[in-house]
Amino acid sequence: MTDPILDIRNLCLSFGRLRALEDVSLSVRPGERLALLGHNGAGKSTLFKAVLGFLQPSAGRIAVTGHAPGTDAARIAVNYLPEVVSFPRNLTGREVLVFFSGLRGAPRAAVADLLARVGLTEASDRTVGTYSKGMRQRLGLAQALIGAPRLLLLDEPTSGLDPVSRQEFYEIIADAAARGSAVLLSSHSLEEVQDRTDRVAILAQGKLRADGTLAELAAGAALPTRIRVTAKPGAADELHAAFGGRRVNGCRLELECPQDAKLAMLAQLGRHEHALSDIDLAAPGLNDIYRHYSGRNETEDRT
Amino acid sequence: MTTRIGTIFEQEFRQARRNLWVVLATGVLGLFAVALALFGAGQGAALKADVLTLTAASLATLSVYLIPLIALLMSYDSLAGEIERGTLALTFATPVRRWEVFVGKFLAQAAAVGLAIALAFGGAGLLAAVWLGTGAEGIAAWLRLMVTAAVLGAVFVGVGLMLSALAGRTARAAAAAVGTWLLLVVLYDVALLGALMASGEGTFASHVFPWLVIANPADAFRLYNLALIETAPIAGIDGLARTLPFPPVAALAGLGLWLGACLMLGVIRTKRIVP
Repeated sequence: MTDPILDIRNLCLSFGRLRALEDVSLSVRPGERLALLGHNGAGKSTLFKAVLGFLQPSAGRIAVTGHAPGTDAARIAVNYLPEVVSFPRNLTGREVLVFFSGLRGAPRAAVADLLARVGLTEASDRTVGTYSKGMRQRLGLAQALIGAPRLLLLDEPTSGLDPVSRQEFYEIIADAAARGSAVLLSSHSLEEVQDRTDRVAILAQGKLRADGTLAELAAGAALPTRIRVTAKPGAADELHAAFGGRRVNGCRLELECPQDAKLAMLAQLGRHEHALSDIDLAAPGLNDIYRHYSGRNETEDRT
Repeated sequence: MTTRIGTIFEQEFRQARRNLWVVLATGVLGLFAVALALFGAGQGAALKADVLTLTAASLATLSVYLIPLIALLMSYDSLAGEIERGTLALTFATPVRRWEVFVGKFLAQAAAVGLAIALAFGGAGLLAAVWLGTGAEGIAAWLRLMVTAAVLGAVFVGVGLMLSALAGRTARAAAAAVGTWLLLVVLYDVALLGALMASGEGTFASHVFPWLVIANPADAFRLYNLALIETAPIAGIDGLARTLPFPPVAALAGLGLWLGACLMLGVIRTKRIVP
């Protein structure tokens, strides 16, 4: 197995008394795309800033290609796209990329290729002020691709983009990963990163709640299937007595059962066919899985 | 190191040009210089004095207001604005050193102010010299004015950048820049004059007051220029120009100290920014 490009071990970071990150450990290998999910304020941006060396951890260790954050070797290895960035409106796209290439010591000759990769060749000599939001975000991504980065840190890179731009964006990221970059990107939604990243980590209130493939996360959550039963008039009480569950209204009942007991439950319902008018099945969705890990889990806390 | 500072310089200077700062500053300074030269032409005939020398004196007094204002306006948003727009985070994520960012910005903006001064004052001086005639004394006074005005501009670019790094937010940086301008350019003189009136002839007037004047970069600039122009009509605290207890060059040292202090503080502060 290859060594991870980014290796975070037991990272803790506080702002005064606020503990922004608590005991977070994760790693990203070359060519791997890891999605970091969490609510606003879950600590995603703080984690990124710690990896960039802007914030000092109070405990734990971060290594970027084996180097401490903020060292020259680490800074060369990491390229970053912040959540909010607006380049000077009076500079052209090409000038922006030439500027960051200069700071990174990357050749200016590569700028044309970067512009082509993000589809901005035509607009390269227009000022950023004339760009659409999607174009500006792609310029930001081009900036993050300067000098063949070992690690790409993308902080909510697609927020506010339309679905087409979003798709294009993930294609460019996949291309970068195929070239060997490790990618750590943050997002709000599991649906968005499904099939577009290799692994998902969920951060909530500064703690890492989950880390694995989507299938692993779904299995780990073991969320029940929800069965919604509509009873024939007057038969709701009979069903409630037989199956328990939650009465929604006069004729409807909501049941929950584990994945593997689903068939048995349906078979049992079949025996009460005379009382049934309709059955609705809802398998746990991505949002349910995300909520399971990131939610404050009040129900669990109470029980 | 030099390529990175050069990269920052290039970008900042280009933006100063695109934002029309250079054109605007050149226009305003040039207009005032020409107007004062015409005024000096009328005055010079009566006083039998060199027009360029007289104009240099009056322009020195006016520059004290204009140049700090232009320099502060150009620089106050430089770091604070980039923090708010998110571009400073990108810059700091590259291998660039924080001090290189600060120094690169300073050099570019000081060069932009210097260029505006050179174009405006140089053009106006040339015009006045050719049309109205002048002598060696006039040319010397004019060149001194141009060089020290550029230094004054650099000092206030340094002040503006330092405030920008300290404030961290555009709105706060703007307030700090306006406050600093009012304090150093307007209120300081009024306060000094008041103190001088109140204390009368005494140790304060002869020993403390001159040092307080050159402790302010704007006053130091004006005092240096006026002290070296014998025919200049002077009033207020500039009367000191005739009775300086130290050589006029000492006033330039005051400017140098300000510049050094602002750059140092600015760099220290920039290193602490969490973008």
